[in-house]
Amino acid sequence: MTPTPTQDTRGSGALAALAALGRGGTATVALLLALIFAGIATQNPSFFEGPPLMAFAQKAAPLVVLAIGQYLVIVSGEFDLSVGSLVGAQVVVAARLIDGREDMTLPVIGLMMLFGLAVGLVNGLVTTLLRVPSIITTLGTMLILFGAVRYWTGGAPTGALSESFRAFGRRGIEGVPVLGEIPWALLIALVLTVGAVLCMRSPFGRSLVATGDNDVAAAFSGVRVWRVRTMAFVGSSLMATVAAVLIGGYAGVTAQVGDGLEFTAITAVVLGGVVLGGGRGTVVAAVLGALTLEALFTLFTQFYLPSTFQPSVQGLIIIAAVAYAARRGDLRLPERLRRRPDHPTERSLGTSRR
Amino acid sequence: MRVPRVLLAGAAGLTLMLTACTTDAPTDAVEGADLTPDQEWFDEAEFETQLAQREITPEGPEDQPWLQAIEPEWIDTSEFAHESPEDATLCFSNASVSNPWRVTGSITMEQQVEALRDQGRIGEFRVSDAADNDNQQISDIQAFVDSGECDVIIISPSTTATLTPAVETACESGVPVVVFDRGVNTDCMVTFIHPIGGYAFGADAAEFLVEELEPGSTVLALRILPGVDVLEHRWAAAQRIFADSELDVLGYEFTEGDGAKIKDLVSQHLQRGEVDGIWMDAGDGAVAALEAFEDAGQPYPVISGEDELSFMRKWREEDLTAIAPVYSNFQWRTPILAASMILAGEEVPSEWVLPQEPVRANELDEYLERNEAMPSLHYAKFGGEDLPGYPEAWTER
Repeated sequence: MTPTPTQDTRGSGALAALAALGRGGTATVALLLALIFAGIATQNPSFFEGPPLMAFAQKAAPLVVLAIGQYLVIVSGEFDLSVGSLVGAQVVVAARLIDGREDMTLPVIGLMMLFGLAVGLVNGLVTTLLRVPSIITTLGTMLILFGAVRYWTGGAPTGALSESFRAFGRRGIEGVPVLGEIPWALLIALVLTVGAVLCMRSPFGRSLVATGDNDVAAAFSGVRVWRVRTMAFVGSSLMATVAAVLIGGYAGVTAQVGDGLEFTAITAVVLGGVVLGGGRGTVVAAVLGALTLEALFTLFTQFYLPSTFQPSVQGLIIIAAVAYAARRGDLRLPERLRRRPDHPTERSLGTSRR
Repeated sequence: MRVPRVLLAGAAGLTLMLTACTTDAPTDAVEGADLTPDQEWFDEAEFETQLAQREITPEGPEDQPWLQAIEPEWIDTSEFAHESPEDATLCFSNASVSNPWRVTGSITMEQQVEALRDQGRIGEFRVSDAADNDNQQISDIQAFVDSGECDVIIISPSTTATLTPAVETACESGVPVVVFDRGVNTDCMVTFIHPIGGYAFGADAAEFLVEELEPGSTVLALRILPGVDVLEHRWAAAQRIFADSELDVLGYEFTEGDGAKIKDLVSQHLQRGEVDGIWMDAGDGAVAALEAFEDAGQPYPVISGEDELSFMRKWREEDLTAIAPVYSNFQWRTPILAASMILAGEEVPSEWVLPQEPVRANELDEYLERNEAMPSLHYAKFGGEDLPGYPEAWTER
């Protein structure tokens, strides 16, 4: 398969395109995805026959959505560890409030959005205004939500989601030739991806990247850093809410829903070459990272590797990807030191110094 | 020429990884799963005992299975008789309430406490929850011992080996100790209460699949986690039963009981070929597994789940060929009853083996009717229908 170098490939000619593949950006992750798909194809030739591919897209869509949200936060120089708990809380709360009644679907989805908005605002404002490092803020939110849900449900979620709620994650446009059924989840993920790309090209997106790159400089050039970062957290929480709708729809309510998703999302974003600490990487790369990670897990299943092994692989990916990115960073170190004469090592925590 | 070198290294690494994967692909996975039980988790004698215990009629009142015992060896407890049981304090060290089965059970236990307290057969009831943390539970038990206020100590151990010394400490304090659910490697407690066990659970499920499926049919096993003895025993028993059958076991997958993971794994297996039967080591997420068949447009498999209600309701709705093996949830009543018997100086079985019978198709309607008001993730054989708080205590959890 020919990898499709996208945004990072600016040079002309095959050589430049080839060089871009090694640079750890969008092109690299696209190549990786292509290789993993090729690996799946050798094991399961029918994988690309429409329905299985659509099933893959449906399964991968929630992680894609989460990766977009996590990208917004990471590129602005922060972390959001609360998304897994938030997904769990949203699904459990939705099941309890809907309790199988169709007419409750839309009001409850509206309520979930408001709840997501509130969590994002808290994460963002605590991080920016109270200057609590985001890794602590969102760790706190994660534990608060986790504990609150356990307390509220007594460890066992009750109620049921309605069919119309579940349609988003489970159904699709039926009777499409070749593909069979196009899942709503795929369409939602596509729309959000396009939206995110447009958003990152807007003035807001540029401020976000500038903030992640160097918040002092961004502040001097007129960016309201606290507002931009808070918006990123709100975006992440809203994306987690959409992911909750998709995941709840896909498989219904279980006590474990959402467990560990924050790390999967961060792995996906990092795998896409987005630099922790902010300022570099594209949203397309984050989306491709999510697809690559899901494809990798699919490949493992094809090889009958036990899924208990997945966290170890995620760990390896995180370390390898960040080490790789840091290596790239070395090449530009003199320039970076010039830009940041104070403590460059503090950068990874991404506090809002203004 | 840095970039090409990095590129080459990356490509080489990837190639290595992919080829390594290719050559390492377990060839027997294609032919079928390994059906020799892991010796660490398989005790031939215990397996035979449990299979035999399923056939034995238990002693005790038929309508109160939580008071029944299989081949009990009654022991005298008059040394622990309490002058005024209504003032006696029961201390309960719980491993956790981290899954719906334990939640259901602990509600039943609380209600049993209420009932006995109203009758003046026990007094105060103290609970500590270790949240699946061995160290926490060891210190919880130590705190009960140190307080000197417990007249009976009830322990539901989180793990077997690690909790053994703590249980021994509790025994040495002279207070009667009741252990239930998972075991420990000591017999110092007055009574150890448990249903027949994991081997019987796994065998009930596997035997049903062998019976219902044509020879040569494919079976996929869904397991929650490795390394938990009660779950490992279920799988070991299934391995033994499947090994003697003509069924083709595709393999097993670990799911953590997560619906999304179960659905994804089952969908992927369905893409590669037919799956005629599903064996599960616990019913969590059985409905998600069935939905994978629905969404793939394939006929439902023969399935073994558990007596969890969302599965049982799906079973009736879709008229499945299914069985619900049971890990008797009503066992949560027994420790409280045993404690009250000990306080009264009555005899109790030294090892109190409770009956453990699967729910089969002919009993499905009866159990669903009895549990009509109960929510999903409730266990049909919870055995609390005659307790004072029924049904609100369980419906409004």
